Amino acid sequence: MASIFQGIGAATSLSSSTLFDSKKLQLCSRRSLSERKTSFVVVRAAGAKMDGGSSGIGGRADQLVTNAVATKADTPAAAAAASKPGHELLLFEALREGLEEEMERDARVCVMGEDVGHYGGSYKVTKGLAPKYGDLRVLDTPIAENSFTGMGIGAAMMGLRPIIEGMNMGFLLLAFNQISNNCGMLHYTSGGQFKIPVVIRGPGGVGRQLGAEHSQRLESYFQSIPGIQMVACSTPYNAKGLMKAAIRSDNPVILFEHVLLYNLKETIPDEEYVLNLEEAEMVRPGEHVTILTYSRMRYHVMQAAKTLVNKGYDPEVIDIRSLKPFDLHTIGNSIKKTHRVLIVEECMRTGGIGASLTAAISENFHDYLDAPIVCLSSQDVPTPYAGTLEEWTVVQPPQIVAAVEQLCR
Amino acid sequence: MALWLAGTRGATYYTKTLMSNTFRSLRTRATAIASKDEGSFTKRQILSNRFVSRRFGSSVAGQQSDLFSSDDDEEKIQALDFPGGRVPYTLEMRFLPGSSDKRVECYRVLDDDGYPLSSAPSQHIDKEVAVKMYSGMVTLEAMDTVIYEAQRQGRISFYMTSFGEEAVNLGSAAALSPDDVVLPQYREPGVMLWRGFQLQEFVDQFFGNKNDLGKGRQMPTHYGSNKHNVLTVSAPLATQLPQAVGAAYSLKMQNKDACVVTYFGDGCSSEGDFHASLNFAAVLEVPIVYICRNNGWAISTPVTEQFRSDGIVVKGQAYGIPSIRVDGNDILAVYNAVVAAREMAISEQRPVLIEALTYRVGHHSTSDDSTKYRPLEEIEHWKTSRNPVSIFRKWVQRKGWWSDQQESEFRATIRKQVIHAVQVAEKTQKAPIETMFSDVYEKVPSNLMEQEKLLKETIKRYPQDFPKDVPIGM
Repeated sequence: MASIFQGIGAATSLSSSTLFDSKKLQLCSRRSLSERKTSFVVVRAAGAKMDGGSSGIGGRADQLVTNAVATKADTPAAAAAASKPGHELLLFEALREGLEEEMERDARVCVMGEDVGHYGGSYKVTKGLAPKYGDLRVLDTPIAENSFTGMGIGAAMMGLRPIIEGMNMGFLLLAFNQISNNCGMLHYTSGGQFKIPVVIRGPGGVGRQLGAEHSQRLESYFQSIPGIQMVACSTPYNAKGLMKAAIRSDNPVILFEHVLLYNLKETIPDEEYVLNLEEAEMVRPGEHVTILTYSRMRYHVMQAAKTLVNKGYDPEVIDIRSLKPFDLHTIGNSIKKTHRVLIVEECMRTGGIGASLTAAISENFHDYLDAPIVCLSSQDVPTPYAGTLEEWTVVQPPQIVAAVEQLCR
Repeated sequence: MALWLAGTRGATYYTKTLMSNTFRSLRTRATAIASKDEGSFTKRQILSNRFVSRRFGSSVAGQQSDLFSSDDDEEKIQALDFPGGRVPYTLEMRFLPGSSDKRVECYRVLDDDGYPLSSAPSQHIDKEVAVKMYSGMVTLEAMDTVIYEAQRQGRISFYMTSFGEEAVNLGSAAALSPDDVVLPQYREPGVMLWRGFQLQEFVDQFFGNKNDLGKGRQMPTHYGSNKHNVLTVSAPLATQLPQAVGAAYSLKMQNKDACVVTYFGDGCSSEGDFHASLNFAAVLEVPIVYICRNNGWAISTPVTEQFRSDGIVVKGQAYGIPSIRVDGNDILAVYNAVVAAREMAISEQRPVLIEALTYRVGHHSTSDDSTKYRPLEEIEHWKTSRNPVSIFRKWVQRKGWWSDQQESEFRATIRKQVIHAVQVAEKTQKAPIETMFSDVYEKVPSNLMEQEKLLKETIKRYPQDFPKDVPIGM
């Protein structure tokens, strides 16, 4: 693991450059932070390093101390905020903790979806909330995704802050009309008179033999909708932080969770923290190549990174987290350093997040590239049920290693 | 959960217990609780506690089974204890007919000549309200006439008239309180008029100029006003129906003494969202009044090709919603029904459905020519002998609250006002270019700022290719 520590030097310089880019800072903070001046710590994870590995991530709290910074000028920078050991939990519990803290904080926050009430949610993210807050605030709805999404939008226009849970992201295809035509648009078409501070969340991505309809990557389809924001969580730490940020945001936010990541364990801080919705996460600083990824693919990339490090490469891994808009600032700084980009995603080749990211990078950082952008995605096929076939449709670590080797020739 | 061993005494006792766990009695219980004015927070707690107990109602019923005697075998075959209530058995195999011979009756108060039909008491309307209702109908008619002509002259791009549906518009609007939240479909400008939305504000929206509340972003007749509690119209049909349930849910959470009123047409009732919305509203027990303007046509599709049920009123019953059919061209009938429905919705916290039978005298929109698919005689018939404005005028005049002279004066004045509003709106600058990029998000993000900059540069470089009446700003 020595090679990971090697990156700290680079990381700190990277973080300081982003820290003092006050103009960008201001934009981010104005966009994503709530008006209420509470004394929470917003952590810019720009320099935080990440322990690699596909599961069992622990001990991040120590790294946080050096880089914990408040981006809002008048909240005190509590540098020692994350010095205590924190508590360990699973990703779905982290989501629930974030959700519960927000429900406690603001009485307008409510949850609606199928089986979210006394059943506690299909992935137990809302477990225990209905007995605590009542069946009205944690609302079980009949099965009609377009309708309960619409219901959430109507409630939001009248002042509530609903969190709409799709049992599986794929079912939200049924809610596309409400999400596209209303959620993203009504703030605009009403002339700013009505706002839609909803959070739409649910598990998506390829699971373990769930079949084609339950393995959808909805971020591809939603990314074009104007007016919405999209974020993808990948660790318990960022899951809780992004959940809280999404709830506090006045824009409609779609939070993408992954079916296979719910049982990830991590120690997260005891103190309250909210992450920045538009920010990418530096997972592993490096010099040779920038690997951009998100959600589950982060773990495949980190696994490949272990192999790559053994082979003498120094990949920089960034979990882009913010799918709409892209954090081109962090990404750009990385590209200016490494000059090579590899995108690893779970979306299909055509029209996925990788495709858009490739276009955005080409447009903005073309002069800094020493090689064409390589994008590893799933094939343009429905996800098969058979285990072996399903495995081949998802990008695997050996492919990532091979791609980096090719890129760094 | 099938309870095979309910005894006679047990059965009645069990039925009572089960009934007490169904929402109907819970509703009355909740009303009793809510009537004690304990402050909003406590009430909210009580309401949510009620939900908690209902949620686990099934397990409560299950526990009751121990109390019953297991003797009576006759009882065994006569009813099935099924979630939702006791279901009586029958030995006769009988299909429920798809339709009944007799259609659901239509409630009316005035006949075609404006004479009150029975001495049965109806809502008392005083002169002020009646005159406001009538003048509202005339204003709506005048606005529709002038703006339709303006569109034909090429001054605006698009318009939808409400000819023939003035009674539904004004009759329902008059029955609501200003706190009631309205989610229109698009043929209900009368509701906005009633609430004080000015003619100039309407016309500004049609022209999409800088005074438009919507900042020029929506088509004509897709208005909305926060101040007047009317949510912005969204073009796709039925999207407002689930949102209405959400708005009603929000009112319920905040314990407001108000309800949601949402409008939709006969065609819209075919959309999936309509069905889900009614279902949700019934299950969630929210205060919402659904008003269906059954005007016979969905562009060129007549109701006979839209559904095979007896209109929309029977659909309400299917979802457990009390429903009524009213004569949509009889403004007093509409008024009475909405007053009663609103009362029911708020005090009992439940949805109510009103189907107003009316007729779309005008075309669907300015992009439509309805004479192509329906007979002229039909249009004429509804325009003359079933005209809601004339029917009510006769009633109001007989009461001595309106006269022919007032009629001609008012019509002339209103027409002038609308024309004047059009002239003013036409000359008003369009919304500035910044409004193209604002309100997409709460704050304008960097990528949109870039795009705005790019657009402004392009316009500066090629001014001849861009409209002159849009202010560019800096």
